[in-house]
Amino acid sequence: MSQMSYQEETIVESFTGGRLPPDDVVVAALRAGDEAMFATLLDTWSRGMLWLARTHVSTNDSAEEIVQDTWLAVVRGIGGFEGRSSVKTWVYRILVNTAKKRGMRENRTVPWSSVFEQERPTVDRSRFQGVDDPLPGHWKELPAAWPTPEGEVLAAEVRGRIAAALAELPPRQRAVITLRDVEGCTSEEVCEILEISAANQRVLLHRARASVRGQLEDYFETARRSA
Amino acid sequence: MKRFTCDEVVELVTVYMEGELDGPTGYRFEEHLGGCEGCERYLGQLRTTVATLGDLRPDGLADDTREGLLSAFRDWRRP
Ligand SMILES: [Zn+2]
Repeated sequence: MSQMSYQEETIVESFTGGRLPPDDVVVAALRAGDEAMFATLLDTWSRGMLWLARTHVSTNDSAEEIVQDTWLAVVRGIGGFEGRSSVKTWVYRILVNTAKKRGMRENRTVPWSSVFEQERPTVDRSRFQGVDDPLPGHWKELPAAWPTPEGEVLAAEVRGRIAAALAELPPRQRAVITLRDVEGCTSEEVCEILEISAANQRVLLHRARASVRGQLEDYFETARRSA
Repeated sequence: MKRFTCDEVVELVTVYMEGELDGPTGYRFEEHLGGCEGCERYLGQLRTTVATLGDLRPDGLADDTREGLLSAFRDWRRP
C-alpha cells in the first residue's frame, strides 16, 4: 500500500466515499444528536449534492436551497430511516426528489427521461483510417501525449477546464459523471439515486467521460500550439 | 478470432474500466492494448480524466447555510 502514488490514493479514497464510519454507526450517532457526525456528513456530501441539484435548476442559489431542504428532511426523517438502502443513497434520493419538485416549480424541467443517448461514436470517425487505408479502423494519428501536470498552476488550470467541461454536458450525463467520478459513488448507488438502469448508467458515463477527455485534449492541443 | 480495431476499442473502454467485459472479450481487448500505443494512450488519458475529476473540490455550502443547518439539527435532536 505504501507504494501507491498520490493519484491512486486519491482514487481509492474517492471511490470509498472518504472515511465515514459504517452506516449503523452514522445512523445511531445522528439519532443520538451527535452534531459532529452531522457536520461530517454535511461537509462530505454537500458539494456533490450542490452539483447534482444544479442539474435540475438554473441558479446556484436554488441549488443551495435544495441542498438545505434536503438536509432538513434528513434531520426530520432519520428517526424513521429503515436501512433499505445506504444512508448516502437515501440522502441523495431525497435530494433528487426535492430538486425535481423545485425544478418543476421553476418551470425548468430538465429533459431527464428524454430520448436515450444516441449510439453515435464518442471519438470522431475522422480520427480513424477508412476502408481504403492500410489499417481500416485504426488510428490515423495517435492521440497526442499529454503533458504531466507539473506545478500547482497547471494542475489548477486543468481542474478549471474540467469543471467547465462538466458544466457543458447534458444534464443526465453530468449527473452520472458527477456522482461516479467526482463524488465516488458506485454504479449501483448511481442507478438507485437516479432511477436508471445499469446499461443506461454505463452509456451516460461513457459519453460523459469521453467528452471531458476530448475537452482536455483540445485544451492541451491549444496550449501546445500557443507555446 | 476477429481482432478489435481502435474505433471499437475506444467504445469499449468504459465497460472495460468497469470490469464488465467478459473473459474472452477482455482478453481480446487487452491483446489489442498491448500492441497499440494509440489505444493504450487513450485509456491512460481517460484514467487521468477520471483521477482529475476525483480531485475536483467544488464549492461547498455557504457558511451561513451550514451554520443554519447545524443549529436546526441541534433544535430538532434536543428539543
Ligand atoms: Zn488501437
